[in-house]
Amino acid sequence: MEKKDHIISILVYNKPDVLARIAGTLGGKGYNIDSLCVNTTTQNDISKIVMTTIGSQATINRIVNELQKLVDVISADDLTNVESIHREMVLVRLNLTPANTEAVRKAIDANRWKVIVSGDTFAMIEITGDKTQIDFALARMEPLGVTDITRTGLVALKLDD
Amino acid sequence: MKLKGTEILLKALEEEKVDIIFGYPGGAVLDIYDQIYKSNLRHILVRHEQGAVHAADGYARATGKVGVCLVTSGPGATNAVTGVATANMDSIPLVVFTGQVPTGLIGNDAFQECDITGITRPCTKHNFLVRNIEELAATIKEAFHIARSGRPGPVLVDLPKNVMAAQTEYDPGNVRIRNHEVLYKPAPKKMANLQTMLQEAKRPLIMTGGGVILSRAAEELTDLARKYRIPVTGTLMGLGSFPGSDPLWLGMLGMHGTYYANMAVSHCDLLLAVGVRFDDRVTGSIETFAPEAKIVHIDIDPSSINKNVTVDLPIIGDAKSALTDLLRFLEEHHYEPDGAPRQAWLSEIDEWREKVPLTYCRNEEVIKPQFVIQTLHRLTGGDALITTEVGQNQMWTAQFFSFDRPNTFISSGGLGTMGFGLPAAIGVKCAFPDRQVVDIAGDGSIQMNIQELATAAQYNIAVKVVLLNNGYLGMVRQWQELFYEKRYSQTDMTYAPDFVRLAEAFGVVGLRATKPGEVEEVLRQGLAAHKPVLMDFRVSREECVYPMVHPGESISQMALGTREMIN
Repeated sequence: MEKKDHIISILVYNKPDVLARIAGTLGGKGYNIDSLCVNTTTQNDISKIVMTTIGSQATINRIVNELQKLVDVISADDLTNVESIHREMVLVRLNLTPANTEAVRKAIDANRWKVIVSGDTFAMIEITGDKTQIDFALARMEPLGVTDITRTGLVALKLDD
Repeated sequence: MKLKGTEILLKALEEEKVDIIFGYPGGAVLDIYDQIYKSNLRHILVRHEQGAVHAADGYARATGKVGVCLVTSGPGATNAVTGVATANMDSIPLVVFTGQVPTGLIGNDAFQECDITGITRPCTKHNFLVRNIEELAATIKEAFHIARSGRPGPVLVDLPKNVMAAQTEYDPGNVRIRNHEVLYKPAPKKMANLQTMLQEAKRPLIMTGGGVILSRAAEELTDLARKYRIPVTGTLMGLGSFPGSDPLWLGMLGMHGTYYANMAVSHCDLLLAVGVRFDDRVTGSIETFAPEAKIVHIDIDPSSINKNVTVDLPIIGDAKSALTDLLRFLEEHHYEPDGAPRQAWLSEIDEWREKVPLTYCRNEEVIKPQFVIQTLHRLTGGDALITTEVGQNQMWTAQFFSFDRPNTFISSGGLGTMGFGLPAAIGVKCAFPDRQVVDIAGDGSIQMNIQELATAAQYNIAVKVVLLNNGYLGMVRQWQELFYEKRYSQTDMTYAPDFVRLAEAFGVVGLRATKPGEVEEVLRQGLAAHKPVLMDFRVSREECVYPMVHPGESISQMALGTREMIN
């Protein structure tokens, strides 16, 4: 069966070891988590975990079934084929030198990148978008002198309930 | 009125109607043991924490109730892990209480500290670390609820010493009904589909598993098979869920299944699998498993469906309610099996049964292990609760002791835990003191938890150990014979204690048979004793378990020992 990226959205009780249980359930059965995002929902005692993983539809169904068995999991949904909005964010630190400052300024203006903070030797940029947009932005920045990045996991929300 | 944590624990156990616990004291649980000293709770002191969990497990398997044990922190808890994993693989409801160092010391590498909730996360249904006294009562209530609901399993509750010494009002509150317990009531449409499939099937077969026993659905399954004349095979865990003496029973399927059960699976056109999980020991090569069959799978656990075998009709639900619905539906819709094809199918099975019956080569000089088991069955009239260890002793028991009732065959199926049988038998005998409880053991396995003979002797728990002593780790030796050109690497156990004298040293009756002619007398004596007994049967050393499906092959390809390979 064809393997592809899947997005799984999980509602859990906000307990100390709930993430360990989820990671352990997947890792123990040989599934890899490619990206992960966790935070509380509008209710403090309930958290939402969004993760992405690669697998065939059968594999994903098994992952969802295994997750739903966990006592602290309220629900687990495969959002892959559901209309939903996806976002990731990346923070990028660019190195500024007398030689590249002009090029960096031009690129920032042309691409409307959001500069959070900048100094004499660096500029910190925030990019938010879907995976393609972020990959594209990172590719554009690469020749300008990227010194470090931190990229979040993907967050996703269904359009309809 | 405020209660101490230890008092809350005892009160909660009382509310759960726990009448016995198995355990072993230690530093972190001293306060709890002091409370037990002051209470009427029956506590069995085992000699190793693994034994405590297996005893609680045996008790749970025989009664259908939740088994309970209590061990101390650190090594007490880690010693219990094998027992917990054993129960987890076979979906047995247990609540395991472990002591823990005071909350202020957790993470400091305190004396006898270990992260037991971390260690047991993958081998429990759920576990809890009780961080404050206010959570204690509710957590215990929830632990019992989780252990017995849905697909049962072991729940571990870690109890820090300071929490048990703190005080609060007793308030268990209400148990939150969780998402995972939602029981899908099979839709009527599924029953209609199933009836159509039964109607169209010419060669239907029922495959029964441990889930049928856990959901107490043996009666419904038996009704279904008998009423509509559907032959039945079963997994190891399913033994007893359909009467072994019924002509429709084909015996166990899989690696050491009967020839006719495996042939029936390989030729059936409809396989109705209930409460099974299609373990690799059952299916052999997945590609060739039940190749001609449409498969219906009834199971309470959605993650079991389509896990190993892709099925045509999944029915998620409790086996008992699904089978009850099915029986009612078939009755209301006047389902009648088509007489002629059904008779032809049953005749075909009978031909396989006659061609290769389940048998062994008898011997006048040497005791055959199968003969001991058959004689035990005859002398008890089959009315005994049987535990086993793991390996050849387990497979011969499954093959040659015919089980007519559920909850009477008690064995570590999934994990295959050597050392399970003796402590499990102790737990079973505690639940049923007036019934015959026998551990069918091997000389390798028995030595793994032999110390529990002291437990049996201390409380005069009159379990009977039938030791099939071949001086080998028999099943591993069998594989070495068949697949490693008889290089018996580290499987010769000839150096062993004198088991009769060892039994006597423990205060247990020791008996021995070395000739076939002595078998019956030794068994009679052993079974009649009102004390624990160990019977040492010196059996044929290199006997193999047959039939045998070689690993990874189709279950229609069986090695039959002295016979030729039959397809």
